[in-house]
Amino acid sequence: MWEQIYNHFNDIVAAILFVIGFSNLLFQKNLIKKIIGLNIMDVAIYLLLASQGYISGRLAPILSGGSENAATYINPIPSGLVLTGIVVSVSVTALMLSMTIRLYRKYKTLDLDEILIKVRKEKDNKEES
Amino acid sequence: MDFVMNFPFFSIMICMLAALSTFMLGRRAAAAVAKIALALTLVLSVILTVYTHGTGESFVYMMGHFPAPWGNEIRAGELEGVMAIFTCVIALLSLIAGKHSIRTQVDDTKQNLYYLITCLMEASLLALIYTNDIFTGYVFIEINTIAGCGLIMIKNSGRSIAAAIRYMVVSLVGSGLFLIGTTLLYSITGHLLMQNINESVAVLAADGSYSVTLTIITALMTVGLAIKSGLFPFHLWIPDAYAISVMPSSAMLSGMVSKGYIFLLIKLIYRVIGFDVYKSTGVFDLIFIAGIVAMIMGSVAAIRTGFLRRMTAYSSVSQIGYIFMGIGIANSLGAVAAIFHIITHGLTKSLLFIASSSFTGNKEDIKVSDLKGLGHKYPVSAATFTAAALSIIGFPLFAGFIAKMLLANASFDCGWRMYAAIGAIAVSTILNVVYFFKCIINLYAFGGFEEEKKSEGEEATKAAAGDCGISVSEAPTKCEKTLHGICATVLAIINLYIGLAPGLLSDIITKGLNVFD
Repeated sequence: MWEQIYNHFNDIVAAILFVIGFSNLLFQKNLIKKIIGLNIMDVAIYLLLASQGYISGRLAPILSGGSENAATYINPIPSGLVLTGIVVSVSVTALMLSMTIRLYRKYKTLDLDEILIKVRKEKDNKEES
Repeated sequence: MDFVMNFPFFSIMICMLAALSTFMLGRRAAAAVAKIALALTLVLSVILTVYTHGTGESFVYMMGHFPAPWGNEIRAGELEGVMAIFTCVIALLSLIAGKHSIRTQVDDTKQNLYYLITCLMEASLLALIYTNDIFTGYVFIEINTIAGCGLIMIKNSGRSIAAAIRYMVVSLVGSGLFLIGTTLLYSITGHLLMQNINESVAVLAADGSYSVTLTIITALMTVGLAIKSGLFPFHLWIPDAYAISVMPSSAMLSGMVSKGYIFLLIKLIYRVIGFDVYKSTGVFDLIFIAGIVAMIMGSVAAIRTGFLRRMTAYSSVSQIGYIFMGIGIANSLGAVAAIFHIITHGLTKSLLFIASSSFTGNKEDIKVSDLKGLGHKYPVSAATFTAAALSIIGFPLFAGFIAKMLLANASFDCGWRMYAAIGAIAVSTILNVVYFFKCIINLYAFGGFEEEKKSEGEEATKAAAGDCGISVSEAPTKCEKTLHGICATVLAIINLYIGLAPGLLSDIITKGLNVFD
């Protein structure tokens, strides 16, 4: 059993991180904490993805005067996917942060529940007037 | 290689380039560019569909210079062509019909960005439809999410931003689950192209190895896509997002955005995991039950809310339940019915949003009881609204009836699923009648007619004041009104046509699905 854990250490850490990030994204009230949770979740997936392509004892897949034999390098595709994924998560994070800034300017709070209550009050006032 | 085979790639690129160019153009130029790009894409998709219908086969198009197991691919057949036509029609008609809503409800300086988002949305949907690579699918899911968020928050009110944040949180959970499923799938198969994954999965399934992992993967990816398309337990973001945003956004979000994910799910079932392997994991039962619960709960929620657009949004929840139920029946007839319903529901729901925009005017939403007599004021909108409502209810002559009939047909000889599916369709139809007939009766009632006359007079004086340059006219101009009417009529006619002559569409879908694997 310990050997299993040792062999799949990266996967286990990724799974734990994923659960932490996932629950933060869903259950935190604070918008900034939600975004942090989102990032932890993404990082967990990238860790899992990157460790799929890693082969112990081999080199980074950069061809610079070294060997042209494919057996000396790790699998480059997961690394490429991780890079793509990082770009996606950066843009999503930026979008979420910009929306958070707008909501904060308008309602002076980062608590999503409070914001939703204020939004509802605003709507009721509009209907009364 | 025929020149037509380039068209899927061209249509994605046209939309992308149009999106890139609109941000430096003015309001009018941006609108023109977006509409021309969408129209061009529509023409290309029609040619592509005719071509693939003629050859009866699908083809694979290599992107870049790397051959099959490494490179990226596009795949197109009849089914993809029809889906592309359908998304283009909805996007184009919503933009044209929503000219007035965009003009009055979006900031002047941001109107060109609205067209940017629309083009980006269309490009990402086309890529989702055509792609043959699962990771490309993930990337375009995210682009689609970002564009959808833009569509919701373009109004820039506190409510719309809050709705957009809720949408983003739910969506990001969904795409996270999909990505982790993709990662696991890559780690057990070593491929990203759908064809190759399918072959490896078949070998693994025959071996019996990794059966638990395969179940987890299918469950993760299915749940991810279901969350993003708003299946029942994950539908809480839908009513806010659809009811608050500007009219073309609601029409596009309900009509095509959520449908792109469902199409990807069907691709996942038939082309990635493989139908038999997918069936052995038992995930079909999960979507079947969730679909049935969605059909009933969505309708109940629609009856309980008293607001027009919110009601239409909840009706979307129940219609998405129909689609998932069709997939969950777990035979090819069910999948055909589901795809048929994707198209009919997209056309109908966007028509409902387009038509109801003339009842709501510049208000965010109105009560169903306030509809009284509006049918006499807006005859075209009321007639098309009625047609769409009848189609959703499943009245014969309309496309919705055919979709429901196909769904019921598919469920025959499927054991307990038959009773559940037919019972749910019956109950949900009655619930649909309850809330849509309330609207139709109110629309044509004579009670509030006098009052309406008065307000119409007021509006006329307001418009006259606008002409004198005292205030900017908020009322739609004559041209906008005509275009709005034409778009609604076109959608209603397409709906009626599919309802009267469903043979061609269902034939294309059946044949397209046959060459899907």
